[in-house]
Amino acid sequence: MTTTAETATAELLDWYEQMAVIRRTEQAAQDLFLAGLVKGTTHLAAGHEAVAVGASTALRDDDYVFATYRGHHHAIARGATPEECLAELMSKATGLCGGKGGSMHLTKADRNMLGSYAIVGAHLPMAAGAAWSAVLRGSGQVAVAFFGDGATNIGTFHETLNLAAVWKLPVLFVCENNLYMEYTPIGSVTAVPNPAADRAAAYRLPAELLDGNDVLAVHAAVATAAQRARAGDGPTIIEARTYRQFGHSRTDPGKYRPEAEVAQWLARDPLTLARAALADRGVPESDVDAADQRARALVEAAVAAAKAAPEPDLATALTDVWADGSAGWRS
Amino acid sequence: MAAENLTLGKALNSGLRKAMEDDPKVIMMGEDIGKLGGVFRITDGLQKDFGEDRVIDTPLAESGIVGTAVGLAIRGYRPVCEIQFDGFVYPAFDQIVSQLAKMHYRSQGQVRLPVVIRIPFGGGIGAVEHHSESPETYFVHTAGLKVVTCASPVDAYWMIQQAIASDDPIVFLEPKRRYWEKGEVDTAAPAAQVFPLHASRVARPGTDCTVLAYGPMVKVALDAATAAEEDGRALEVIDLRTLSPLDLTPVYESVRRTGRCVVVHEAPATLGMGAEVAARVTEECFYSLESPVLRVAGFDTPYPASRLEEEYLPDLDRVLDAVDRSFGW
Ligand SMILES: Cc1ncc(C[n+]2csc(CCOP(=O)(O)OP(=O)(O)O)c2C)c(N)n1
Ligand SMILES: [Mg+2]
Repeated sequence: MTTTAETATAELLDWYEQMAVIRRTEQAAQDLFLAGLVKGTTHLAAGHEAVAVGASTALRDDDYVFATYRGHHHAIARGATPEECLAELMSKATGLCGGKGGSMHLTKADRNMLGSYAIVGAHLPMAAGAAWSAVLRGSGQVAVAFFGDGATNIGTFHETLNLAAVWKLPVLFVCENNLYMEYTPIGSVTAVPNPAADRAAAYRLPAELLDGNDVLAVHAAVATAAQRARAGDGPTIIEARTYRQFGHSRTDPGKYRPEAEVAQWLARDPLTLARAALADRGVPESDVDAADQRARALVEAAVAAAKAAPEPDLATALTDVWADGSAGWRS
Repeated sequence: MAAENLTLGKALNSGLRKAMEDDPKVIMMGEDIGKLGGVFRITDGLQKDFGEDRVIDTPLAESGIVGTAVGLAIRGYRPVCEIQFDGFVYPAFDQIVSQLAKMHYRSQGQVRLPVVIRIPFGGGIGAVEHHSESPETYFVHTAGLKVVTCASPVDAYWMIQQAIASDDPIVFLEPKRRYWEKGEVDTAAPAAQVFPLHASRVARPGTDCTVLAYGPMVKVALDAATAAEEDGRALEVIDLRTLSPLDLTPVYESVRRTGRCVVVHEAPATLGMGAEVAARVTEECFYSLESPVLRVAGFDTPYPASRLEEEYLPDLDRVLDAVDRSFGW
């Protein structure tokens, strides 16, 4: 694991705890789904924690984040509480969007978590637009779009890379390459081996290919790219290789993935790697265990609160169509 | 009174200019809209006067254009996107229908989307398919989008400004075959005199049959009313102006008086605006109707190339024929 002198040990322990909170939240989401308390579907990011925490800790609070339906980890890393996320998954009134968004649309605009998007690739140009707003204001903010490997084959990916490169927008494109779309290995449907990084040259953009399970590596790459963007040097593509520990969604057991591959990636669990890095730095195991316990207690309380939370008022199905809050649709 | 005689295209240009002067958050983006001023010159001179930061020549990437506008809008800007021709809006369909229309709702109002999508629409200029289409139904069918269209220079001037000032996403349909037609525009009219955006309007009063039209077909309906007068029939022409939300109160009031209703549009009849209006007029005015609501519309074919469009487009004769059928019931 990369060791960065600048990353203080206390900070790394804090990152570990954030990752532990995400992991516990995802496990809770899965349990709630299996118990029938989360309806429809949900896409868990267990295994992707280092991408969210490594990136988010390298950003300013006023930077913008756009994520996909597999985005619970990004919402939490940007300051959404496990309780409001789980409540949203359970369609409760206390959810991030009052139950109007659901698992795939976690949004917390007041923390600049500008949404999760269920249409693959749709949010990429939006991140460019948000980045452009920062240029117009001269605010020095950056926008970050997280997306899957599958998104690199849809048109908006290419449209956005081009226009962001032409306009030198302060936007970071962070691909969470977990080697699969839903059930199809990305390598079998993509013309290049590294679906995001290998496309960078076509747009004369810099690219970083890195271990997405290494929170320090992600943090360092995002910090560098954000600095470049803030300096007016335009976008960077970051391809973080990672692996989802659950199936694609719902109850998918992920049987299409070779056992050896799964075992190899589970051995490289981002929390395990972070634990090892902490041990290297002489942090006593009991400190890390204590962080785990805090994460566990937080998420247990979140589950209880989300379960106890009220259902949304059904009348809210007919609000918020328009900016004035109404749904006046026809005369 | 600062009345000027402007073409509809020039009125739009002046309205856009005024919107940019009034609000520094207004930004224009589209293909060839900057240096060239757009293929129809609707943004002529704006880049020169407001700079390349506010009037942007974009890459050819409709999804990218609208998606970028969404990102600007949720962070406080008011982007106005020009789609070069009606048929080129489909590559942006996902952004408009799945994102722009729905983000306010699904975020429980956490973000606002004051985006205007300007689309020159309709036929009559001798162009081929993709350049002559009437895509309004797709957008009207989508909750979360507002859809309006202007039929005269005065409406063009004010409606584009009202659309830009709106906090909701608006598809603004411009009747391209009318870009060169002139009319009086009082650019200094006091706000109280300016007709509201989401309201339909009686364009010509009459007593015998209500004819509804919007965009490019308003002129056809008015011409039909002039011709019908010679046959002793007084048609009441209503310009719908706002297709979503619809403002049908003046329509109901009119049909209760006339007992007859004909709806005219270029888009194909099937599931078009006419179908919706007919259903609603029937619900509201059933006991006043002397005959069924009739539709004069484009055919259920792809838009035919230049010479054949004369067959496709509703014209004065087809409108008068429908009026006759209404009376012959
Ligand atoms: C435009 C579009 N097409 C298809 C889908 C259905 N779908 C949902 S997730 C997914 C796979 C996406 O894979 P990837 O981008 O690698 O993300 P991951 O799920 O691995 O995080 C597909 C095909 C969709 N949501 N959007
Ligand atoms: Mg994937």
